[in-house]
Amino acid sequence: MIPGAFDYHAPGTLSEAVTLLRQHAGDAKLLAGGQSLIPAMRFRLAMPPVLIDLNQIEGLEYVREDNGHLAIGAMTRESALEESGLVQSRFHLLADAARVIADPVVRNRATVGGNIAHADPANDHPAVMLAYGAEVIALGPNGTRAIAIDNFFVDLFENALAEDEILTEIRIPTPGANSGGAYVKMERKVGDYAISGVAVQLTMNGDTCTSARIGLTNVSPTPMRAKQAEQLLVGQVVTDERLEAVGAAAAAECDPSPDLRGSAEYKRDVTRVLTKRAIRQAVERATS
Amino acid sequence: MNYHDPHKPKHLADRFENKHAVPNGASAVVATTETVRVTTPADIGGMGHRMKRKEDPRFIQGKGRYVDDIKLPGMLYMDIVRSPYAHAKILNIDASAALALDGVVAVITGKDLAAHNLHWMPTLMSDTQMVLPIDKVVYYSQEVACVIATSRYIAADAVEQVMVDYEPLDVVVDPYQALKDETLVRDDKELKTNRIWHWEAGDKEATDKVFAAAAHVVKEHIYLPRIHVASIETCGMVANFTPATGKMQLYMTTQAPHAIRTVFALVSGLPEHRIQVISPDIGGGFGGKVPVYPGYVVCAVASLLLGKPVKWIEDRSENLTADSFARDYHLEAELAADANGKITGLRVNGLADHGCADAAANPSKFPAGLFSICTGSYDMQAAHINFDAVYTNKPPGGVAYRCSFRVTEAVHMIERLTDIMAHELGEDPAAFRMKNFIPADHFPYKSPTGWEYDSGNYHAALQKALDMIGYDALRQEQAEKRARGELMGIGISSFTEVVGAGPAKDYDILGIKMFDSAEIRIHPTGKAIARFGTKSQGQGHETTYAQIIAEELGLPMADVDVEEGDTDTAPYGLGTYASRSTPTAGAAAVMASRKIKAKARKIAAHLLEVSEDDLEWNINKWQVKGSPEQAKTIQEIAFAAYTNHPPDVEAGLEATDYYNPPNLTFPFGSYICVVDIDKGTGEVHVRRFVAIDDCGNIINPLVVEGQVHGGLTMGLAPALYEEIVYDENGQCLTGTFADYLLPTAVESPKWETGHTITPSPHHPIGAKGVGESPTVGAPPAIANAVVDALWHLGVRHIDIPITPQKVWQALRDAGVTD
Ligand SMILES: Cc1cc2nc3c(=O)[nH]c(=O)nc-3n(C[C@H](O)[C@H](O)[C@H](O)COP(=O)(O)OP(=O)(O)OC[C@H]3O[C@@H](n4cnc5c(N)ncnc54)[C@H](O)[C@@H]3O)c2cc1C
Repeated sequence: MIPGAFDYHAPGTLSEAVTLLRQHAGDAKLLAGGQSLIPAMRFRLAMPPVLIDLNQIEGLEYVREDNGHLAIGAMTRESALEESGLVQSRFHLLADAARVIADPVVRNRATVGGNIAHADPANDHPAVMLAYGAEVIALGPNGTRAIAIDNFFVDLFENALAEDEILTEIRIPTPGANSGGAYVKMERKVGDYAISGVAVQLTMNGDTCTSARIGLTNVSPTPMRAKQAEQLLVGQVVTDERLEAVGAAAAAECDPSPDLRGSAEYKRDVTRVLTKRAIRQAVERATS
Repeated sequence: MNYHDPHKPKHLADRFENKHAVPNGASAVVATTETVRVTTPADIGGMGHRMKRKEDPRFIQGKGRYVDDIKLPGMLYMDIVRSPYAHAKILNIDASAALALDGVVAVITGKDLAAHNLHWMPTLMSDTQMVLPIDKVVYYSQEVACVIATSRYIAADAVEQVMVDYEPLDVVVDPYQALKDETLVRDDKELKTNRIWHWEAGDKEATDKVFAAAAHVVKEHIYLPRIHVASIETCGMVANFTPATGKMQLYMTTQAPHAIRTVFALVSGLPEHRIQVISPDIGGGFGGKVPVYPGYVVCAVASLLLGKPVKWIEDRSENLTADSFARDYHLEAELAADANGKITGLRVNGLADHGCADAAANPSKFPAGLFSICTGSYDMQAAHINFDAVYTNKPPGGVAYRCSFRVTEAVHMIERLTDIMAHELGEDPAAFRMKNFIPADHFPYKSPTGWEYDSGNYHAALQKALDMIGYDALRQEQAEKRARGELMGIGISSFTEVVGAGPAKDYDILGIKMFDSAEIRIHPTGKAIARFGTKSQGQGHETTYAQIIAEELGLPMADVDVEEGDTDTAPYGLGTYASRSTPTAGAAAVMASRKIKAKARKIAAHLLEVSEDDLEWNINKWQVKGSPEQAKTIQEIAFAAYTNHPPDVEAGLEATDYYNPPNLTFPFGSYICVVDIDKGTGEVHVRRFVAIDDCGNIINPLVVEGQVHGGLTMGLAPALYEEIVYDENGQCLTGTFADYLLPTAVESPKWETGHTITPSPHHPIGAKGVGESPTVGAPPAIANAVVDALWHLGVRHIDIPITPQKVWQALRDAGVTD
């Protein structure tokens, strides 16, 4: 578990970082919390010749409300999300997830930006951000641009950022009235990646669900939305029978691969069960 | 029959009287109590005092000194090229690119070792194991070549540059497949078969008769999966050969430094007095640091050849994929009972998967360890065990992972079978056990497989556990929940352990008898150093041995320093594993103390000018009978031993003892576990766990509780989480802690512990071992609880680890879902 050799840069500003990225295009990797990148380097699964460390750059760690959305700086540690009163009071889905990502030691280092940029379907934030319909802000040599989360995850470990772009912020629309969200994750032990995880954000009008987005964790090669399940839910009264149909749809449209966490059949069924539980929880929050 | 109705708790004292004769014929009473015996004041801190551990301040401050903390001038670093195949011919090894790297000093292959006849080594079970291969590899991650370089990083880079050409061979992973001998793992052997040994215990004829007459027979295939000790510190060595003096120092992570020194001397030809094995602080051993691994041998050879210190520290994946495993027993087991539900017999067909070598750490005469303890806590007429062992393309081993040589496997089997029988007969598992226990007045008890249990009181321990957990109320809650479709289970395990190997007539490792030793020296000012042949890896020897000496000699335990692990200074012993330290070296500490006490009496008599017969011992002094104000404390006597000793007595105050135990000790306990099961996901939640242990007299209740907490967590681990998994090509799929799942504080329930005390009649302070009891006893309590929750759905057995998917499958098979 000894990494290969690499050059190391620790720029003090974002623009320096972008310049370095452009100079070493294709050879450089950004280092955020290092909780995904460094294990990969220690196993020599990743052998980047150049590391650009973002940890010396100030102003990238924040959680605040800005015109109608929650803005999270890319270098915000997971532990800061977990402790944020703002997140706890208004962003229940995110608060649920923050408690079950990895373990407390990892959460002290790991960043929200790194979690999303890594584009790992096993990570919990992608499904959460898909359910929220979040936006990713990227900075490149030509300035910033916003990328809709639905367009961000391109493939396994592959995102929509250009080689010389840095993810700087994540924006989550502030949930409106009668909205609620929940994240339900099943893991084998604390710190484990999910067997399956279901993120739900929805709006209710009485007993009827008027809008819903559902994101799934670790049951597909790229982070995914359960769109058929969403369709079966929106415009419907949330009864036990309806929940069963929605859960079954999520189970059918996901695409898990068998591994030590379980067979594909098992993961699909767990997805069905968790989808029902997450929706129940979200409805309860939306209507209370 | 001493049957106690669990639903009517009586006062414990009613049942605890247990009078019988000790094995050596002297009449004695072994009564069970609950009160820890304390005879010394707190400032002396002898037996029974609940004290914090002397070693902890340095560990807590990060000031422990482990092998990886050893840094010597000019030290080189070793890294290992490992096989990506489980079975393959080696066509060629090309090290030229690696040797061309700046800082690479040497690349060592099997051929290099063969020049010194060191390419094979003996295992502790007198099998053979490759150090480095020449013709073929036999397991995934096997050591193929070793790189020595001036830095750890260069060594790792060079490993990638060693080019090995392999020709893959057919792989045999399944031991039942291996029995067919279609693919031979060890073609180096004369006999062309994968079979290693066949072993039987008990009486076949008598057992068959009991089964023929039985009113009820239950049968189950029970698999104890391959698991790993996963100690937090991996294995490693710093070998330091000094050509000028011819001395070889080996700092290494070993639980048995003396035995290792002897083996190194015999294998390498170096004179034994020029080899110093130093085992510094150890970050967990659990049996995994008893064997010799190829890395140790090559590291030592590299230092010998290069004349420089060489360091080798395994990484986590190497540790998990290549070091010795534990368990891996397949058991076809049957239990018989008569019409009254009284157990009458046990029949077992076992298959042991040893991987590519029998590298178990058993006493030599016991190929399946002490597995034949498997009749457990139950009185029965006959038992027969029939075992085969085979080679497969997996790493070698069979280490006693926190289990006295295969007792975990035995206990899991008998406790599962007992539960299955109780359920089949429609009897409550607690009442069924009470009915079948060996009665307290039957000790010492001769088991059908030949063991002589020293002492026990199984009814008392189970009753205490039932009372503590509130058994009746739980059964009622379970019935109510079941009526609502909720799944809750209660599981019991009433285990008997066998620890403290062992008596010289039966127990040896590679011919060396399994005694252990203590050497105590008291300095003129009354402070002492005590050295032992054992080696603590977290058990707390520095505290408990000091307490034993404090008890015997009245020296404050703070004044007694305990040292272990340096073969140049410590007396010879077989090391620490199999819960043997207290039964063997702990007893040696008592005997050495008593030798010192006898000499102290002569000195006291001289000082007080009385006859020795006029003196009596009182906690920390010899005093004149009838006039206790005339007395000499152990400190005064120690000073006199160097300044004013009697003319006919040697100066000094010290003694050594090599203790040969007359029998093993038989700790026991009863554990009860409550689980809730999620119908949707199959998750098992351990809600409560009560553990009553009886390890005889208690030296330090806090240390015992610590051992029990750790052991229970290590019992929870294989029950629900841990398994080494291979694919059909023999690739290990669990090479990191992301896949080999160690439970944490989050998964562990609040352990509720308690004890009964039934002293060992043959141990000088009535103590038994305790370190392994909880690891041995916990898994079946958990498995029994899960099956108890599902029995009404037709589930009879689930092999450990009981993963959510296995439970989910059982639920779906029964048509239950959420
Ligand atoms: C034991 C363990 C358990 C874990 N369990 C979980 C879990 O249950 N759920 C979960 O979601 N995660 C889990 N993780 C992953 C953890 O949350 C990671 O930290 C996270 O996925 C990556 O964040 P990081 O800040 O550590 O990124 P790094 O490891 O530093 O980087 C990850 C990748 O993202 C890129 N990157 C980082 N920041 C940026 C940026 N600002 N712009 C562009 N690219 C960037 C890097 O170049 C790299 O390719 C676990 C990790 C560990 C070690």
